Amino acid sequence: MKIGIIYNVFLRDFRKQKKRIALTLIALVWGTISIMLLLGFGEGLHRQMTVNDKGLGEGIAIVWGGQTSIPFKGMGKGRRIRLNTDDLDYIKGRIPEIKEIGGQYDRWGVNLQYGDQVISEHCVGLTPNYRQMRNLNPQMGGRMINELDLKYKRRVIFLGDNVADRLMGGDEPIGKQIMLNSIPFTVVGVMAQKLQNSSYGGMDENQVSIPLTTFKAIFGDPYLDNIVYQISDVSRNEEIEKELYAVMGERYKFDPEDERALSVWDTVAGKKEFDQIMFGIQIFMGIIGGLTLLIAGVGVANIMYVSIKERTREIGIKMAMGARRSYILTQFLLEAILITFGGGVLGMALSYIMTEGFKRIPIESDVLDMMGRPTISLEIGLLVIVILSVMGILAGLFPAMRASSVNPVESLRYE
Amino acid sequence: MIRMNQVVKSYTTGKVDFTALKGIDLHIRKGELAAVIGPSGSGKSTLMNIVGCLDIPSSGEYMLEGSDVGQLSSNELAEIRNRKIGFVFQAFNLLPYATAYENVEVPLLFAGAKAKYRRERVIELLSRVGLANKVSNRPTEMSGGEMQRVAIARALANEPDVILADEPTGNLDSKSGGEIVKLFHELWESGKTIIMITHDNNIAATAERVIKLKDGMIDSNGLKARTSA
Repeated sequence: MKIGIIYNVFLRDFRKQKKRIALTLIALVWGTISIMLLLGFGEGLHRQMTVNDKGLGEGIAIVWGGQTSIPFKGMGKGRRIRLNTDDLDYIKGRIPEIKEIGGQYDRWGVNLQYGDQVISEHCVGLTPNYRQMRNLNPQMGGRMINELDLKYKRRVIFLGDNVADRLMGGDEPIGKQIMLNSIPFTVVGVMAQKLQNSSYGGMDENQVSIPLTTFKAIFGDPYLDNIVYQISDVSRNEEIEKELYAVMGERYKFDPEDERALSVWDTVAGKKEFDQIMFGIQIFMGIIGGLTLLIAGVGVANIMYVSIKERTREIGIKMAMGARRSYILTQFLLEAILITFGGGVLGMALSYIMTEGFKRIPIESDVLDMMGRPTISLEIGLLVIVILSVMGILAGLFPAMRASSVNPVESLRYE
Repeated sequence: MIRMNQVVKSYTTGKVDFTALKGIDLHIRKGELAAVIGPSGSGKSTLMNIVGCLDIPSSGEYMLEGSDVGQLSSNELAEIRNRKIGFVFQAFNLLPYATAYENVEVPLLFAGAKAKYRRERVIELLSRVGLANKVSNRPTEMSGGEMQRVAIARALANEPDVILADEPTGNLDSKSGGEIVKLFHELWESGKTIIMITHDNNIAATAERVIKLKDGMIDSNGLKARTSA
């Protein structure tokens, strides 16, 4: 019964205040859109950076040989540690947590010739599993270096997309012969375009890849330039790196604590750090958005206070007609909450439409490739709902308490 | 029906204490039509607020139909205002944004009446005060006399025993004022208890009993005058 009374009175009065409510709603919609877009922008940036980060590879570490810096078992320091192809199976056999391991030779200034076009490029000899470790994926119609290429030391070549453009112009590269330091190679694939925000030895789009074995046969390099391994459980990255030092320390007789014997670039650790920075950025944006929304909340409270002042007489009349204080309190509280929620929902819907719309605009831009586009996630939505709820209750409660505490005699006299 | 024993009401405004009622003894029987007169500041309005349960006495006892108003909770006072008392004000005090219909409906809403009953009751009341054709008019679209009739219809909504009217003709011209007074007389004849504050001696003269206030005290309660006459 009591709820019915409040509902009836509330509904009736609420309809009478369209203009005031509309203005308050606009403030809230604005505040909600601000926080949603700022958080969405942070989220979009995070996602884009994560995608770009995958350009290098996911959960990988790159290992280079180094020089010992601690004397070990009678051997002095300053001894060079170099990597070779036998290390690959050795490491994999002893550290089962390593999902994939591969090695590469590098050579810069390799001459590539196609027709009259001659360019000088970075050539890599590598193992086929670079495809998944380093995301060297072929475009449609082509393929990456495979195990048979490796086994038979085939003269096949996989081109970075940028190299393919510069060397062959508009010609279809697959199946064509090109000369690499005057040795004929068959193009088997061109790398699919990818975003890459970090690298060692140059961007993948600017290099050509040939089988590790073919490379060794042509150039005769005795040592690998580096080894790349990929782990499946990224949370154990540090542990696995320690194991690597132990295993290699045993093989090459260096102290497992000697961090200069090998140099390891653990991209997982970098990713963790990067995630923390991104989280910081998102908190920062959330605070800015939250403050904007807070201003809207203060606006709601303010408008409620003004409204109560204006409606003092109305409150007095209602009390004379038999309204309980709790009815008045609930009415004003409900009004504030409803306005807050209405504005919030409307703002969220508009933000969603705006971000979705923005995603669909086909703009080619380097800036967007780096920054990403605003994205609204479920977490953002829930966070904003929580903020709005707290705000709606606070913005309504204090004015409502004031309204319900007025003296009916005085408020009837109020002009 | 209404019985007051030594009712005192004092207010504190800033540092100054002000006693509006200085010991009122009053007895009003069911079905009476009493006019309350007295100069400004004599405590008429304060008396009305206490009778109407909008305010409670600072000391003394006010019994309304046997219950001690001073002891009631704020919710119980609201209930009494809703069911037992109908207010009619000098300034009409209609909700400005609401239609005649919606204004009359207010006490019914707070009484928790069902929608169907509310509808029938509001139409019945507005017909009774002669405003069946102004159901959807807002206060701004009505004359003073019409607004006061809406207020009377609203006061009658929950069939209260007591109608309290505070200068009901104060803002009206003499013609519509006369009509309102006539309406009160009809209500009185139908058995309502009516207490009316007025400045107008002509209107007071039409009442069954005239209670005269002076400086927060009852100067004459109208009973002696009648017995001596």
